[in-house]
Amino acid sequence: MRPTLPSLIHILVPVKRSIDYAVKIRVASDQKGVDTSVKHSMNPFDEIAVEEAIKLRERSKELVESITAVSIGPAKSVDTIRTALAMGADTGIHITTPENVTVEPVSVAHALKAVVEKNKYDLIIMGKQAIDDDSGSTGGMLAGMLGWSQASFASKLEVESSGAVKVTREIDGGLEKLETKLPVIVTTDLRLNEPRFATLPNIMKAKKKKIESFKPEDLGLDFKPRMETISVSEPPVRQGGQKVESVDELISRMKSAGVV
Amino acid sequence: MRACLRPISAISRPALQRPSTAMASRSFHRSTPARNVQEITRPAIETPVSLWNFTEEEEMIRDTVRRFAQDVIAPRAREMDENEVMDKEVVNGLFENGLMGIETSPDHDGSGCSFTSAIIAVEELAKVDASVAVLCDVHNTLVNTVLRLYGSEDIKKKWLPGLATNTVGSFCLSEPNAGSDAFGLQTTAKEDGDHYIINGSKAWISNSGEADTFLVFANVDPSKGYKGITCFVMSKDMGVQIAKKEKKLGIRSSSTCVLSFDDVRVPKENIVGEIGKGYKIAIEILNEGRIGIAAQMVGVAQGAFDHAVAYAYQRKQFGKYIGDFQAMGHQFADAAIKIEAARLLCYNAARLKEEGRPFTKEAAMAKYYASTIAQQVSGSAIEWAGGVGFTRDLPLEKFWRDSKIGAIYEGTSNIQLETIAKLIRKQYVS
Repeated sequence: MRPTLPSLIHILVPVKRSIDYAVKIRVASDQKGVDTSVKHSMNPFDEIAVEEAIKLRERSKELVESITAVSIGPAKSVDTIRTALAMGADTGIHITTPENVTVEPVSVAHALKAVVEKNKYDLIIMGKQAIDDDSGSTGGMLAGMLGWSQASFASKLEVESSGAVKVTREIDGGLEKLETKLPVIVTTDLRLNEPRFATLPNIMKAKKKKIESFKPEDLGLDFKPRMETISVSEPPVRQGGQKVESVDELISRMKSAGVV
Repeated sequence: MRACLRPISAISRPALQRPSTAMASRSFHRSTPARNVQEITRPAIETPVSLWNFTEEEEMIRDTVRRFAQDVIAPRAREMDENEVMDKEVVNGLFENGLMGIETSPDHDGSGCSFTSAIIAVEELAKVDASVAVLCDVHNTLVNTVLRLYGSEDIKKKWLPGLATNTVGSFCLSEPNAGSDAFGLQTTAKEDGDHYIINGSKAWISNSGEADTFLVFANVDPSKGYKGITCFVMSKDMGVQIAKKEKKLGIRSSSTCVLSFDDVRVPKENIVGEIGKGYKIAIEILNEGRIGIAAQMVGVAQGAFDHAVAYAYQRKQFGKYIGDFQAMGHQFADAAIKIEAARLLCYNAARLKEEGRPFTKEAAMAKYYASTIAQQVSGSAIEWAGGVGFTRDLPLEKFWRDSKIGAIYEGTSNIQLETIAKLIRKQYVS
């Protein structure tokens, strides 16, 4: 997992096709999931990851050798990879999963590990979480599996040609600055950057970029779910509250409600 | 007429003798309506698809333009309209995203996309701001396409890259005395050595405030009538002057100006196409431009519809959403039908053009219908939002004002009907 030359790094950016952030989510009729016949697009945190990889290359032309976008999902995930290519990634990898099978974070981490072992990568930039399951666990699990350092919730990323990496993280108490060395897994937070639009010339150029496709068996992967979703339901309708006139009234109300 | 019930292919026989009925007394000759009718199923294909099918790039372009319109144009649309000025950030954004050279070849720094991509881009822009949509439409479907189709290799190499990357273009045909009767134009081009000297004025010219490249139609030989009309490409510094900027009801941030040409010297190599063939260029290019305007009107209608219906399902009166009243729901349905029909007319005309098939009638139908329903739908949209729809706080009144121009520019509605009627006549009269 060393960089091939001290100054050229290979970046891997996993991208996920998830329900578009602007869509109104509805529970599916079988109550085991949500209605997925709606608009999908790239997970917003993954867009930020792609943008950061491209920005790294723009900041120091000699630093980045290649940017590869990888997606684990059904056939339509190719669109998501294509979008990453249109933003500026060089090549794509698609690991196909059966339709209508939810791929769990641990399976994703295994798959990414297989990809990393297949090719050489020095830096993985990925979204901190996907907006459909909000599990936020893949980055950490992958770091554990690979034995790499990890820097999550990054709001600023600096990589030097020597392999030194400086990350500013957003944590509850404020900002934390980490210093580490490649290879590293960085997960992106909202304020890391503002993703660019895919311009028309880049969309056309993306048509010529290669996307390699793999079946799970090709990489020795198994996407059998280990968890079973029992049910999905909407949160209870919010009941209106009431205004009280004084602290005393508040206390007496709370007493009669049995909470004090 | 019984002829209508037969498949078109069957109607090529001479008139039959009828048994005595009232109709036999009129010896009407069943002519051959099949002539000039496009065979609708040529060439036969294995798996026909609906008009909702697009290539991958076309879908990505729609996404890009939609996001660009939301993020960059929407916050500025109201201010641009109030001040009647196109924001430079918007124009720069159009260039940076490759939206000003949509069909231009990558050899000329363009994006190399399909015609339908341009149509989709115009539609998505118009959903947010019709002025930006018309700037992009005129620049792409009129200026860029004329140079691509009729310009020499040298002209293409010299002018297209600038138009794709940083220079706005303008199409100058109409004059104070030549609107629908465009070929009555009076701007002259007098030969002088290896130059032509252009004199005259042009009116109602879109983009002229921002443009630096102008396509100007002038007559090199008025004695030949319209057969002297020639197309010249020129830059502003050759002497193009803005005489007056119009103050308009709608598309206010699109600059519409009177231009004057006072002894403007243009080199002979700037002639686009052939001398005296400018009228052909104008006719053919305005056909395509019509589909662009249809797309703009579809976008205006859809934009107004989306805003107003969303409002109707938020606003409550009498204890329920105003959108839940049956009369409102029926009006939404009626408007949605009109928008869908206009959109399909527009997409189909675009696809016919891409297939290299005749599309004049369909383009005229698309523009006429889209501009008509855009007025109706945007007008209804204001009413759905009630009092607040009438204020400038919502964009609805802007959509309605912007829609009016659809029936006027790039061929008035009367001209569209005339075009369609003439083509219909050709089918039925030998």
